[in-house]
Amino acid sequence: MIAIVKYNAGNIGSVTNALNRLGIKNKVTDDPEELKAADKVIFPGVGEAGTAMNYLRERGLDEVIKNLKQPVLGICLGMQLMCNHSEEGDTECLGIFNTTVKKFPTTAGMKVPHMGWNSLNTEVVNQQSTILQGLQPAADVYYVHSFYAEVCENTVAACDYILPFSSVLQKDNFYATQFHPEKSASIGEEILKNFISLP
Amino acid sequence: MSLKKRIIPCLDIKDGRTVKGINFVGLRDAGDPVELAKQYAAQGADELCFLDITATIEKRDTLVPLVREIAAVLNIPFTVGGGINDVALAKEIIKAGADKIAINSAAVKRPELISELAAELGSQCVVVAVDTKEIAINDQQIPHQVRNDKNQNSTNIVTPDEAKPSFDGLTINKVFVAGGRVETELETISWCQEIERLGAGEILLTSMDHDGTKNGFALKLTDTISRKLNIPIIASGGGGTSAHFEELFKDTEASAGLAASIFHFGELPVPELKKQLITAGVAVRN
Repeated sequence: MIAIVKYNAGNIGSVTNALNRLGIKNKVTDDPEELKAADKVIFPGVGEAGTAMNYLRERGLDEVIKNLKQPVLGICLGMQLMCNHSEEGDTECLGIFNTTVKKFPTTAGMKVPHMGWNSLNTEVVNQQSTILQGLQPAADVYYVHSFYAEVCENTVAACDYILPFSSVLQKDNFYATQFHPEKSASIGEEILKNFISLP
Repeated sequence: MSLKKRIIPCLDIKDGRTVKGINFVGLRDAGDPVELAKQYAAQGADELCFLDITATIEKRDTLVPLVREIAAVLNIPFTVGGGINDVALAKEIIKAGADKIAINSAAVKRPELISELAAELGSQCVVVAVDTKEIAINDQQIPHQVRNDKNQNSTNIVTPDEAKPSFDGLTINKVFVAGGRVETELETISWCQEIERLGAGEILLTSMDHDGTKNGFALKLTDTISRKLNIPIIASGGGGTSAHFEELFKDTEASAGLAASIFHFGELPVPELKKQLITAGVAVRN
């Protein structure tokens, strides 16, 4: 069973829909015991970092997520909350990935949010990363974000927009994508299937 | 290796069904928006836009369940618009699985609605649709303030001849509401700037002069607005051939092109359009 972390962030239903399309049993829950007992955990989200971290702390979910031993996949805001710190609301985050989340600098001709399909930068894609297995080089995935995680030692794929940023992060049992695999057509489904197939 | 230009088919919905004949080969039910959504996603559309043109005020009964059904089958993002005029309905539609909501007349009537929606749902969920038309003007019609703007070389007024002392024979872009039936006091470019300031995430700009002509997008206006604003602009109205999309993406900063009938009637299928754009050197998702 896949548990999806229930918290005050939008877009959780999209992940449920994507898993249902793949025929994978899933449950949205904020019960620490259910999260700990799940085969895998998805930590999705669209929203504001400070508000979301407060919500998680009030319910003790920050400690629960940090200490999960099974594969965990953070998506978009979920990924940013797994980093050390976010400039959004000057928020201390979970500190799983050793990197900082910053706002895109204002740059002439570059729209923010970074919204739409952009490629996983092949030069920085780590082909060994199990959740990226089988993907074509420079595969396009769907992004919507105004903040980005700096490239760090946990970056297994980068993306270039205004500057290079972390598109996929991986450390131990923790995986995360800045883009939305649940909205990234067949490429996104491949990535979700790779995650679901992890031992 | 860059942010791709988006191709967005738009479907008009009435009472839960798609209107205008839609002609897809092998489609069992051409009026079923759910079937069509799947078909477009499989063809490589980057996003879909559903505009509900149902006349009734009470849309919740038909629209919300339809959004839920579409969200269950669609693996690409989609926007829902048409008569959304309060935060509660917008929230219901997002909760049902839409990625963005589009508002139009309601934003003109009460611009603060844009900020309220952005605060509640996040800017990235809020699209403001702007229907614009070029109107001939003469000196009598020009408000004093706009005349002053012209003296400061405002680019908001079309001035083919800068030395021309009069506004006679010139045009101004005005915002229309109620499905393009009602002219407002708003000048299009300033309204778009106001929309960005109020916190919208995207603008869907439809040129009524170009809509339905298949003669190409409103390039000059789209270019002006897309350069002045920092949020993405979706251009709509006039896209008839791949060359029109090519000039849209090469001559303006538009992030996306939206069209309806050319896709629905198979005149320019999405895969064919993308193939031609790639050949022309436009970055689109393959």
